[in-house]
Amino acid sequence: MVCLTFILLHLIPGDPVDVMLGESASGADRVALRMQLGLDQSLPVQFAQYVLHLLQGDFGTSIHTQTAISQLLWQAYPATLLLALVALAIGLIVGIPLGIWSALKAGHWQDVMITMLSIRLAAMPAFWLGPVLMLVFAVWLGWLPVSGMAGPASILLPALTLGLGLSAILTRMTRTSLLEVLNEDFIRTARAKGLTERQVLLQHALRAALLPLLTIVGLQMGSLLAGAVITETIFSWNGIGRLLVESIEKRDYPVTQACVLVVAMSYVFINQATDLVYRWLDPRTRGHQ
Amino acid sequence: MKVFSLLTLAFWLLLVLLGHLCQLQPNQIDLNAILQWPSAQHWLGTDDLGRDILARVIRGVEVSLMVTLLVTAFTMAIGLSIGLIAGYKGGRLDTALMQITNIFLAFPGILLAIAFAAVLGAGLSNLILALCLTGWVTYARLARGQSLALRQRLHVLAAESLGASGWRVMRLHMFPMLISIVLVEAAYSMASVMIAEASLSFLGLGIQAPEASWGAMLRDAVRFMLVAPHYVLIVGGCMMSLILAINLGGDVLRDRLDVRSEGRL
Repeated sequence: MVCLTFILLHLIPGDPVDVMLGESASGADRVALRMQLGLDQSLPVQFAQYVLHLLQGDFGTSIHTQTAISQLLWQAYPATLLLALVALAIGLIVGIPLGIWSALKAGHWQDVMITMLSIRLAAMPAFWLGPVLMLVFAVWLGWLPVSGMAGPASILLPALTLGLGLSAILTRMTRTSLLEVLNEDFIRTARAKGLTERQVLLQHALRAALLPLLTIVGLQMGSLLAGAVITETIFSWNGIGRLLVESIEKRDYPVTQACVLVVAMSYVFINQATDLVYRWLDPRTRGHQ
Repeated sequence: MKVFSLLTLAFWLLLVLLGHLCQLQPNQIDLNAILQWPSAQHWLGTDDLGRDILARVIRGVEVSLMVTLLVTAFTMAIGLSIGLIAGYKGGRLDTALMQITNIFLAFPGILLAIAFAAVLGAGLSNLILALCLTGWVTYARLARGQSLALRQRLHVLAAESLGASGWRVMRLHMFPMLISIVLVEAAYSMASVMIAEASLSFLGLGIQAPEASWGAMLRDAVRFMLVAPHYVLIVGGCMMSLILAINLGGDVLRDRLDVRSEGRL
């Protein structure tokens, strides 16, 4: 992964030295800067240096602002993490109850309504849902701030933009999963024992039905992180996504490289963690080890 | 649902055709009429340079559909061939391929496409290239998994023992059984390709001005949202209708090709 991002960003046709110094710079200045950036070395040497620095937690310096990239990431990462977590919470709070309700009323009009709604929500890309939410809640109703990061309320709109899309997926998954579980033998047994419907649902069905959702949530965190790129741009939320987009615009490629790497590594980490939690929660997978 | 999907797709195709017949001028600038509300002259109003939104939306859907179809066709062909060969040949080739796809899959969503587009530079052909470079992986995984299973089937073994060449086995005995499931995957992924194209254009990495594209239009629209909210609502609404139609079309195709309920694979 480190390798791919490195190769990728060194294939850029444009020369960062030209971009930084402008057309009129003298030859000596160019050479000096090139040496300072280590661009005069061969690619394998550059790569080895890069990996070595990376292992020490050093992402290099930004070409544009001349600050350490680790510092930029340190400022941006918590913002993105917070946004992703709030979005995840919204997704879970909206998605799972709707999915359960939809499954319990399967075939009724409530189920049809919820399904229609979630299909429509899933078809709404972030760069449209975002502006619509902004128009309705910030401009017309004036309840929430339009964009920026002033005050705790400003996280609501970007988080809703990300979270509602997630909730649409979770609703459909919960519904399918619960419907499957409700047809299992142990549910029939639980009912035959004379448990109330509430007990059957809460103690037997949901425990089994919600487990597969964990994997989905882990996988969706990835698209949440990637979706944050667009959402952060719309709402001027100073996270990794915005840093990435700005670095691309300024051709600040060490920053681009670091952002891509950090997001991808978070994604891998989340999926590994999900696997571990899953194994811990589901006794069936533990037995196979 | 089926009717809705077909009608919407037909509606947009018809609009594209009509747009060509009427010789719309999506790039005609009229600075006396910027950001206007819908009127008899401009049915959907005008944008920040006084260009007719309707004309630009129609031109935008044409570009968007073209990119989506091209990318889907390329990625499907490449991914299917690679996956088929890897699954059939097995061994080191297969292991190497799986390693490569694993690396690609470690990048969430459109992140890799954004990175590629940033490296390649903006523009229509680079946009298509960036989407192709990232899109083939899912098809390769799918085709590889299917062909691993198919490889053990009696009719494939029979063909091999009769002396059929690997190429012949893949072409005549495995490919026809793979194609339906890959087509369904393609139908679903068309919607995400379309969103990815718009996302990249939205970030300024895709189609460049003055060419109309929904992503770039949305970017302008968001900028002028406070003055002309109809702009963003119209462009986004158009986009949503098309994506919805494609998704529902995927459902129809899946039911028609009967991929899920089929015990043969």
